[in-house]
Amino acid sequence: MAKTKKLVQLDPADIKEELLKKYPPKVARKRAKQIMINEALGNETPPEIVANVRTIPGIITMRGCTYAGCKGVILGPTRDIVNITHGPIGCGFYSWLTRRNQTDAGSDGENYMPYCFSTDMQDQDIIFGGEKKLEAAIQEAYDLFHPKGIAVFATCPVGLIGDDIHAVARKMKAKFGDCNVFAFSCEGYKGVSQSAGHHIANNQVFTHLVGENETPKEGKYKINLLGEYNIGGDGFEIDRLLNLCGITNIATFSGNSTYDQFASAQHADLNTVMCHRSINYVADMLEAKYGIPWIKVNFIGTEATAKSLRKIAQYFGDKALIDRVEEVIAEEMPKVKAVAADVRTRTTGKTAMLFVGGSRAHHYNELFMEMGMKTISAGYEFGHRDDYEGRQVIPDIKVDADSRNIEELEVTPDEHLYRPRKSSDELAALEAAGYKFKHYDGMNADMDKGTIVIDDLNQYEAEKLVEIMKPDLFCAGIKEKFSIQKLGIPMKQLHSYDSGGPYAGFKGAINFYKEIDRLVNSKVWGYMKAPWQTNPELAATFVWE
Amino acid sequence: MLLRHTPKDVVKRSALTINPAKTCQPIGAMYAALGVHGCLPHSHGSQGCCSYHRSTLTRHYKEPVPAATSSFTEGASVFGGQANLLQAIDNIFTVYEPDVIAVHTTCLSETIGDDLKQIADKAMKEGKIPEGKTVIGAPTPSYVGSHVTGFSNMVKAMAELAVPSGKKNGKVNIIPGWVEPADMVEIKRLAAMIGVDITMFPDTSGILDAPLTGEYTMFPEGGVTIPELKAAGDAAGTLALGEWCSADAARWLDAKCKVPCTVLDMPFGLASTDRFINVLRTVGGTTVPESIMHERGQLVDMISDMHQYFYGKRVAIWGDPDQLISMCEFLVSLDMQPAYVVTGTPGSRFETRIKEICAGQPYEVKVKARGDMFEMHQWIKNEPVDLLIGNTYGKYIARDEDIPFMRWGFPILDRQGHQYFPTVGYKGGLRLLEKMLNLILDRKDRDSPEQSFELVL
Repeated sequence: MAKTKKLVQLDPADIKEELLKKYPPKVARKRAKQIMINEALGNETPPEIVANVRTIPGIITMRGCTYAGCKGVILGPTRDIVNITHGPIGCGFYSWLTRRNQTDAGSDGENYMPYCFSTDMQDQDIIFGGEKKLEAAIQEAYDLFHPKGIAVFATCPVGLIGDDIHAVARKMKAKFGDCNVFAFSCEGYKGVSQSAGHHIANNQVFTHLVGENETPKEGKYKINLLGEYNIGGDGFEIDRLLNLCGITNIATFSGNSTYDQFASAQHADLNTVMCHRSINYVADMLEAKYGIPWIKVNFIGTEATAKSLRKIAQYFGDKALIDRVEEVIAEEMPKVKAVAADVRTRTTGKTAMLFVGGSRAHHYNELFMEMGMKTISAGYEFGHRDDYEGRQVIPDIKVDADSRNIEELEVTPDEHLYRPRKSSDELAALEAAGYKFKHYDGMNADMDKGTIVIDDLNQYEAEKLVEIMKPDLFCAGIKEKFSIQKLGIPMKQLHSYDSGGPYAGFKGAINFYKEIDRLVNSKVWGYMKAPWQTNPELAATFVWE
Repeated sequence: MLLRHTPKDVVKRSALTINPAKTCQPIGAMYAALGVHGCLPHSHGSQGCCSYHRSTLTRHYKEPVPAATSSFTEGASVFGGQANLLQAIDNIFTVYEPDVIAVHTTCLSETIGDDLKQIADKAMKEGKIPEGKTVIGAPTPSYVGSHVTGFSNMVKAMAELAVPSGKKNGKVNIIPGWVEPADMVEIKRLAAMIGVDITMFPDTSGILDAPLTGEYTMFPEGGVTIPELKAAGDAAGTLALGEWCSADAARWLDAKCKVPCTVLDMPFGLASTDRFINVLRTVGGTTVPESIMHERGQLVDMISDMHQYFYGKRVAIWGDPDQLISMCEFLVSLDMQPAYVVTGTPGSRFETRIKEICAGQPYEVKVKARGDMFEMHQWIKNEPVDLLIGNTYGKYIARDEDIPFMRWGFPILDRQGHQYFPTVGYKGGLRLLEKMLNLILDRKDRDSPEQSFELVL
């Protein structure tokens, strides 16, 4: 890459002004509140950012919809539930295997993930209603596969024409007796991003699945892993580490998950939350209903992974576990450090921009730090204020019309199953030792002063940012990939990992170091100009004359 | 990740589609719109549609696919999307400065009854469309037709821009249908070799096969221009390649602008390319040059050289009707057996055409419009085939049943090159033959017992 490119010293305020310059005044005013120059350092109160608000019509957004969040993200990775999209063919088609949810079909072999089920609504279904067709489709799915569960997902027109998918689901569940049928009102227009879909999905999983299996699960240290989706096999690597440590993962919500995992989640003694955005409310509900405390963890980055494992061990407080965790870390770490040391010679000082999801931008920041790289701008596609600023702002978040239409479940302690996992004295002792339950500081706290934090980044701003700040790497999704690469900047997809991964845990970190080294040092970025473009000859002559 | 739950028994389904061989209208409209110079496609509905279409097109073409959305939330869905579209038009012209916005509807905006034309007129009256800029629109409800129908509807919206001046310009309109950018380049090359001056629309070459230079422009050099589309009404005639993709636009030009049209099959393989070239030289009043005869002869030569490997091979193919019709004809001409031919796109003429093409052949052909890949897989389980031809989703069947698989059609998400190497025309025929042959011979090499594993094949 050219040596003269660094313009990062530009005042962030000027960069922000440049990003807003071209917008009509109303748009500029709105975007100004979603672009924040980070001032948070240590325990300072971070400045407020506007997030989880409507996308501006006509502005090319990175966001998807509620259906995508519900069917694709949350239920997509569950292999033994038949997912029927109720709607015209498109939504089912586009969410068919496109999220890279790997699964291990295990000994029962039950796996419906490679199938796409749709009611393929036609115009007469829109006019006369689609309930009958949905009912018949559920019956056909049952007759063909006899699954444990059938889930139904509403698309935009279903909400408009008023098909009562929940009534159909209840009727079919009662009819079958041995197949749980439940539905999701996850029409694409609900909410402002896929985040609403996560919420709708989790609420229904909590209502219809969790607690169903009352047979106790074996294991000394039982946890659930919430908000991990097994993209590129991340969940496999995390499970490997948990197994090595002797920790039993009852349920992953929802990477490589099964019906029974959800149904047994109440047997865990600790909930660990990876993606705070997609699932923090499930952790709260599990605590309220069953008495399982929760902590935030992060398995992206080796330091983060080690810290998370130690945090789990400290919770159980058993010396054998604490020692075992240290053994595992001691065994894994040298391999990672060796690769890191090699890679760092080529990655130190490089810069990255991270615009992904609703927790990923924060998580990956850790990996880049381990490589000596600096994140100069970051933001979330569908984050809320607490993902940026920390959970303490949750009470202050304004509930607008778009959030109000997402159901909030009333959860009370379960009469039979509520069981506090620790006494109040034990909890107090842990907290006195610095242990933090239900705690998340948000992304901004880990970002340098002056970093530009942008919510719901769009294509125009992405291009401008890249042109002005010339990062060595840009991370986002498939829609952004090629416009950024045309500018000569390598682009790493952190939703689908560009078919790479796993990037979680220790082995994942090694994969990531090597991948980023490859990207930021690839020769290809030097080929964009032909020799005669960089060194033009003004007068043409034949050299042999 | 295999399709291990697919039973062999084929039970009739009335309500459940499993593993569709089609997708919805708007993505076709979006692809077509990218073939207009300076055009930003716009999806009028909730933002998920736009996101899904952009993702799928990006994954297939490995190129930036810019497109905007009306970003409906609940309010717009109840009160109508006019305010969102007006705001979008204003924002798009201010921020991205396209020449054209090509709006298509979605199942959401269609169900609530938004009228694109009325909204565009209002935008014009309110001064939201700058001087010299254009907004076109196509209705593409997802619960009608398929992605192919959506493509056709947007192409028709392009044709509707034609303004006949009363004076013919001697050019020929070619509507290539849903083919790769490389195919569009190849069609232009063939027309140039014959010496026919054409206007091709849509034309995604130059746009979805752009070079890597360190510069990004949202609107690259390629694509049919608005003045060219306006002049389409003065053309000597229109050649529509593909009944499903292209005929509506061509017939509209015929009816409204008196531009006579001929609807042909897409030129995949020998016979359909022959017909294409023959019509082109007739309407152009020229002769077919020796250079094209040379290419044709090479294709015939390769067919004769490779015939022994293709003869009698049973093939399952799925995809879009226009593509399948020509491919099926090509397979029959090679003495291969298109055993199963499935499209998700509705249209009874499809089954009729395939049956005509295969008439008189000594084998049964199972053909289905409105079919799905699940049923095709069941047929394969009952009576296997030697080769699969279709989009990426076939890889699960290929692995399950251990059948060689040629990726062709849309979408191809897991291989590259399809955007650069044409499969239309005689040269494209050579590429199809080479790909099929390699698959069949690789399989032969893999499966041959050691004593008959041979160097020369």
